[in-house]
Amino acid sequence: MSDTHASTGASPESLRFQEERGKVGMWLFICTEVLLFGGLFLLYSVYRYKHHVDFHAASSDLSRFAGTLNTIVLITSSLTAALAVHALGEGAVDRAKLFLRVTILFGLTFLVVKSFEWGAKFEHGLYPNAPVLLGMPKGQILFFGLYFSMTGLHAVHVIVGMSIFGWVLGHLGSTVTPSKPVVLENATLFWHLVDVIWIFLFPLFYLIS
Amino acid sequence: MSETASRGFDDGGPFYSATMKHPGIWGWLTSTNHKRIGMLYLALIGTFFSSAMVLGVIMRIALFSPGMHFLSAQTYNSLFTLHGIIMIFLVVIPIIPTIFGNFALPMLIGANDMAFPRLNLFTWYLYLAGAVLAFISVFTNGGAPDTGWTFYVPFSLKTSVNVPLATFAVFVLGMSSILTGINIVTTVHQLRAPGMTFFKMPLSVWGLYSTAWVQILATPIIGITMLLILVERIFGIGVFDPTKGGDPLLYQHLFWIYSHPAVYIMILPAMGVISDLFPVFSHKNVFGYKMIAFSSLAIASVGSLVWGHHMYVSGQSDTAGIIFSFLTFLVAVPSAIKVFNWLATMYKGSIRVEPPFLFALTFVFLFTIGGLTGLFIGALAVDVQLHDTYFIVGHFHYIIFGGTGFGAFAALHYWFPKMTGRMPAKRPAILGWFISFVGFNLFYFPFLIMGWMGMPRRYADYLPKFTGLQRFASIGAYIMVVGLVIIIGNLLRSRRHGEIAPANPWGGATLEWSLPSPAPLENWEEPPEVTRGPYEFTDPEEGTR
Repeated sequence: MSDTHASTGASPESLRFQEERGKVGMWLFICTEVLLFGGLFLLYSVYRYKHHVDFHAASSDLSRFAGTLNTIVLITSSLTAALAVHALGEGAVDRAKLFLRVTILFGLTFLVVKSFEWGAKFEHGLYPNAPVLLGMPKGQILFFGLYFSMTGLHAVHVIVGMSIFGWVLGHLGSTVTPSKPVVLENATLFWHLVDVIWIFLFPLFYLIS
Repeated sequence: MSETASRGFDDGGPFYSATMKHPGIWGWLTSTNHKRIGMLYLALIGTFFSSAMVLGVIMRIALFSPGMHFLSAQTYNSLFTLHGIIMIFLVVIPIIPTIFGNFALPMLIGANDMAFPRLNLFTWYLYLAGAVLAFISVFTNGGAPDTGWTFYVPFSLKTSVNVPLATFAVFVLGMSSILTGINIVTTVHQLRAPGMTFFKMPLSVWGLYSTAWVQILATPIIGITMLLILVERIFGIGVFDPTKGGDPLLYQHLFWIYSHPAVYIMILPAMGVISDLFPVFSHKNVFGYKMIAFSSLAIASVGSLVWGHHMYVSGQSDTAGIIFSFLTFLVAVPSAIKVFNWLATMYKGSIRVEPPFLFALTFVFLFTIGGLTGLFIGALAVDVQLHDTYFIVGHFHYIIFGGTGFGAFAALHYWFPKMTGRMPAKRPAILGWFISFVGFNLFYFPFLIMGWMGMPRRYADYLPKFTGLQRFASIGAYIMVVGLVIIIGNLLRSRRHGEIAPANPWGGATLEWSLPSPAPLENWEEPPEVTRGPYEFTDPEEGTR
């Protein structure tokens, strides 16, 4: 109610409520994100149950090195994001900004590794509807169908997370302050979610061969 | 509560004419005020309801006589698809949570606004964007979808019409619905006035609250399902394509994991509103408050586990069918609890028959027919005969239109004075109600009979033996539309020419009636102190106009 709320003012009490409200909303949003991916995980479990041999075979085509590297990158980025929140809590706005920049950089690294990985798959003719892929057993077609849609949707989330961090970076110190940290905290929550989803994707695609 | 009843508009006047940052139409399109957003939703939803109703009438005209007349089979397919998509995703799912969840909810719990006012306005724009996308999909890239509102694969992957854009529109509308749900849950948890405990909340709030959880937890599933159709059509990943190993049955599972709970998104808030109306118009505390509140939660939770009853004949396992059938019968229990409690609330009450209450009573009558026919098709063996017949169409129109539609009209008449400051004219409202109620039953009851006789749904033509009943239904539809036009016309007219409404015209004891009519822009300067329940009519002044 930005146009009428001025009269209530921003007492410390109402500020605390507003911040708390933001937290509640974010956790609810995370529930929906989990269920959005939940639909895909449901498909994954059914198809893996039906075609487990094909899934194991297809999994060996993925680069375990790239997957592991990206896992390390993403987990570290979650750490730096948490450190940014911590720094803001201590009032060190500049340190928080630095940690956010590092986090965004890690996100970028993740995407670069991912793009090389996808690129390598495309070169081998492993992309949806490719003749090579269509010549493979049905379970493997499904594996790669799910691989591209799930890691693709995850990559979209990485991009969104980075954009949010970029936006927060611009507001850090002005509207996002040590006493109003909820925007940064929520952005970090989202980033942790992106991280957690990857922690499930990694073993399910890379480590089952 | 009554101590604030005399409050005037010293802080800006009624919400619709108050001075905003931007003048005129921009003052509406940029306002984050919950009442204005509620009215914005009302305007759009009213428009979509009317247009989808026109599509329905065109189908009824085409079906007046057997044989193909002025519609081709393809056009007919597009018509029922559009009628379904518009009515389900643009009208019935959002109607009560967005209009009354926005307009009334903060007032009902003694808050000044929703928890996230800007997000709230954003949901309206998302909704508008979804509607525009759906509209564009009708005229571009192959034309209007012809898949039915369910977008079943493999047909939705093969058909040449514009399915991708339509599914994307549904995805966007889903996002809007999720964000509204998040807003409602947060508002109920964080913004209740001092003393407004969970069990002092009006039952309409319980209905909206239970619904909001379903919106949050079920809608993402349709989101991902619609995205998968999109990805499948563009890239051919194969997850639903049998030639690539995909299983179309899984599409049906994912679709109904959302779309069955969606039925409860449609009906629960209407049940909530009705639970508010029965005590007010019986002038008596509601019978079994906690049972009604908990039955909302029970419907929301058990209702999320019954999706397989849409798939009895799809080839799912018999075990799954038996479990889903059992759970389906179980959901009937909390629904029946509500119906009995509403009736018990009327017992020995001093009943006043006003338009909102007539709509509320109609809700109970039609919902009961819809609910009982639901038990027919919830039974495994009977469903084999009735699946994909007019019986299903009759059943869900009794629930969705007879229930939610009439529930929404009840809510609209009930809160109309708070919205406009004027009373809905009583006689035309009752006339419109009567005509539409009679028309409704003449229209949809023959559907149940035709379905039983084997008339399949979604056919552009029918055997001559159905001519009599089809004509009966068509005439019923025309009568119903006349009634609806009277109702809507009366509301539009009363908006300017109705009797001036007092603060509490119906004698309600909930908080919104302690505010002037129409409601001021800012509800309360100080949060109201709540000391009594929502249906404790202690004040002798209350209940008299």
